[in-house]
Amino acid sequence: MTAGELAQELSLNILCLPHPEREVTGGFAGDLLSWVMGGAKEGDAWVTIMSNLNVVAVASLCDTACVVLASDTVLDEKDLKTAEEKEINVLNSPLPEFELCVKIGELLK
Amino acid sequence: MSAPLKLHFDIDGENFTSAGEASVKVKKWLRQLGLPQDIIRRVAIAMYEGEINMVIHASGGYAEVTVFPDRIEIILCDKGPGIKDVELAMQAGYSTAPERIRSLGFGAGMGLPNMKANSDTMKINTEIGVGTTITMTVNM
Repeated sequence: MTAGELAQELSLNILCLPHPEREVTGGFAGDLLSWVMGGAKEGDAWVTIMSNLNVVAVASLCDTACVVLASDTVLDEKDLKTAEEKEINVLNSPLPEFELCVKIGELLK
Repeated sequence: MSAPLKLHFDIDGENFTSAGEASVKVKKWLRQLGLPQDIIRRVAIAMYEGEINMVIHASGGYAEVTVFPDRIEIILCDKGPGIKDVELAMQAGYSTAPERIRSLGFGAGMGLPNMKANSDTMKINTEIGVGTTITMTVNM
């Protein structure tokens, strides 16, 4: 499944989607950035409520397929611009983290 | 033999939002050099954690990354307060990061453990009131 398809299937809001064709191969949930750095894998959909510029750096370094911001959290305009420059897919949803993870997990089965 | 390839970065200790810039640049550079993906990832993660530590604890410093034929060496040097108890700091989950930093998603106490996990060797030279230099290598 691609990041674009994931967005469509779960009715996620597209904040920034420079690479809709990026393949989502797994998922990771976490808000503590070092924890994410240690555990997220390349191609993961990373679900978090953390919403600052450092999220963009971590997503870029971990090569996640997309960031999915839960509970309607958003990145501000400046950070989204950086995400676009760094070619990071950023989506969001009103759903809380757990529910998002369950839905993503079902899609990736 | 050709000279090793080296990059130098000054890490700005004041600017929390740009923290990680050097690591992202290194990652891009190593990609351009055509190094294997898993090596690049390990270097990028180890360096990012070090970079963040320098911003949180030491008001910045500098980083140097050198590509040798058999390994990549990362040196992180700061003039911060030094690490009081290295063994304790190496424990997963132990953190001295202030609340302000935790609210940004840092301070999980996983920085040094992640650096160790993603490098093949890691040496910490630290002196209270003088600073800390960490040298890591990632073998190719």
